[in-house]
Amino acid sequence: MTQKLLAKTEPDPSVVPTQNANVEGLYDEERAPKLTWKIYLRALFSDRVTLIAALFLIIMAVSALGAQFLAPFDPNQIDIMNRFMPPLSMTDAGQFHLLGTDQLGRDVLSRLMHGAQVSISIGFLGAICSGLLGITLGIIAGYKRGLFEDIVMRLVDGMQSLPSLLIALFVLFIIGGGYFNLVLVFTFLQWTVFCRMARSLTLNLRDSNFISAARVLGCTDARIMLRHILPNMVAPLMVLFTLEVAILILSEASLSFLGFGVQPPNASWGRMIASGRDHINTAWWLVTLPGLAIFLTALALNLLAGWCRAVSDPVHSSRWLTPKRKQNKQEG
Amino acid sequence: MNAMTEARTRVTGDRVDVSAAPIMSVEGLSVGFDTPHGPVQAVDNVSWSIRKGETLGIIGESGSGKSVGLETIMGLITSPPARISGQVLLDGQDILSMPQRQRRQLRGDRMAMIFQDALAALNPSLTIGTQISEVYRIRRGASRQAALDKAVELMDQVKIPSARSRLKAYPHEFSGGMCQRVMIAMALAMDPEILIADEPTTALDVTVQRQIMDLLQEVRRERGMSLILVTHDLGVVAECADRAVVMYSGRMAETATMRDLFRTPSHPYTRALLQAMPRVDARLERLQAIPGTPPTLSHIPSGCAFRPRCTFAQPRCAEEKPELRMLAAEHSAACHFAEAIREETSHD
Repeated sequence: MTQKLLAKTEPDPSVVPTQNANVEGLYDEERAPKLTWKIYLRALFSDRVTLIAALFLIIMAVSALGAQFLAPFDPNQIDIMNRFMPPLSMTDAGQFHLLGTDQLGRDVLSRLMHGAQVSISIGFLGAICSGLLGITLGIIAGYKRGLFEDIVMRLVDGMQSLPSLLIALFVLFIIGGGYFNLVLVFTFLQWTVFCRMARSLTLNLRDSNFISAARVLGCTDARIMLRHILPNMVAPLMVLFTLEVAILILSEASLSFLGFGVQPPNASWGRMIASGRDHINTAWWLVTLPGLAIFLTALALNLLAGWCRAVSDPVHSSRWLTPKRKQNKQEG
Repeated sequence: MNAMTEARTRVTGDRVDVSAAPIMSVEGLSVGFDTPHGPVQAVDNVSWSIRKGETLGIIGESGSGKSVGLETIMGLITSPPARISGQVLLDGQDILSMPQRQRRQLRGDRMAMIFQDALAALNPSLTIGTQISEVYRIRRGASRQAALDKAVELMDQVKIPSARSRLKAYPHEFSGGMCQRVMIAMALAMDPEILIADEPTTALDVTVQRQIMDLLQEVRRERGMSLILVTHDLGVVAECADRAVVMYSGRMAETATMRDLFRTPSHPYTRALLQAMPRVDARLERLQAIPGTPPTLSHIPSGCAFRPRCTFAQPRCAEEKPELRMLAAEHSAACHFAEAIREETSHD
């Protein structure tokens, strides 16, 4: 019985190659696919909506970063003689105000550019700080579980049941407004969002096979969290980060509108709306233009977030990076 | 020498020194969990040992406690939440009672493990090169470039063609067999003494299975490594293993050398397994299926767990749990009638 049974499993060298066929040239090195920046650029150009969003954000970034050099006027220069000039108007002195002037005769375009500097940088800085804090705590909580997780997550639950705008107003009322206090308050209020997301993603990942494999290879916990778990959450966290920037720009606008944010005479988009609201019947552009800036920046960030998510996923990116073939008209 | 030992010698190519002391021995290992249905005993009083250069097969169906036992040895299952008792001796030291830090030093360095689903066991967001070279970087503190060179060397050893150009590939660009090769390369990086292969070929098709098994045998032979092969495929064990442990619902049913196991199976379960295996010489014969299904771990029958499905069952089997008894050198079985069955099968 055993002899015949083993006859089946005995290798027959003539049928099965015992050595793995090591076929060189099966994988041509020269044809090895390379994902270069050109492919990403081509994908961006073929997606018109994202392209417009990206261009808008680039323009915003350039005008914010270079406001000191690019702005046509000093944003705080008061010119009472030429107040409430509508967009595209020329003063008697021959100064051209592309987007008009406000109630003190200051150039709206210059103020918008300086305001962009404040609004966008507060948005980014707030999102970075709250992201660092929240993601760190979230990964540790999700990976270690136990008492630490309980404490952190109950804290998150507690924080999220507080009215955040009210807390922000209260804290800013005590410690005073201003740039860094705003960032501090945003970090304090928004880390919970990152923490929740990072924890739930970690919970999904921590029991997967490749984490077991890493542990079997002798990786330390810190290494597993940093090198094996974190890279797998980059795509969803990047989307969250971009959305968070948009939310913080909106929050900054709200707080500055209420007078608790950036202090005058410094410009920020929220402050510009606040000071322009008294004149909404006579000078529409004082409220509309900064409002439009806030809205479009947030929209562009959201669009870009979706595109980044699609492209950064190594499994699905090829779908987005492959050039679309033109539709055959005869078929349609 | 009969056909079986001949066949195996040809495949493994060497003989194991049977008098040598075991490199690792598991003594009375039990692993239990608390579940909503009450406590379950996934592994119940299991003992086996493995010598240097030996291949030990662990056979059993799903839920028989094969993987749980090995994951406990590797430290993937830890004491809370699981209830672990018994000893795992590596060079005479109990690794279960070691502090975590010391145990981590053993993993990768002295024992490594490869998994069933290799694609899932590779990090989808890191390149192959990063993952293989990681071990060198964390253990030997090698520089990035030196570690990558070592990775290429390893990939050549596990016969991944054009290794260097594939360093930057991601796991999803690889086939199942290739992923398993990458896993093997990672496991071999630190030159472990014991390699645990948890159903390494189950997810692969037959020709690739063959290549992977040949590769495992080859690296085992070259490095004088011990291989623990977990499988439910009797063909794979018959071909590769020197000895085997048959598990049924968390307990050891039988352990023997491959020769004894196939010639004189002494546990009704082993016998039934062999009868359920297709044979090339017996045309048109119906395979003997084992009636019933394996018990769920929360409802293990009284006495012998195999009793409800056993053709030899007697009233005594329901009352008394059979202990593992030595029948011959290196041959033990847990059945009240092991001697009688052994006697019967040896006359076949």
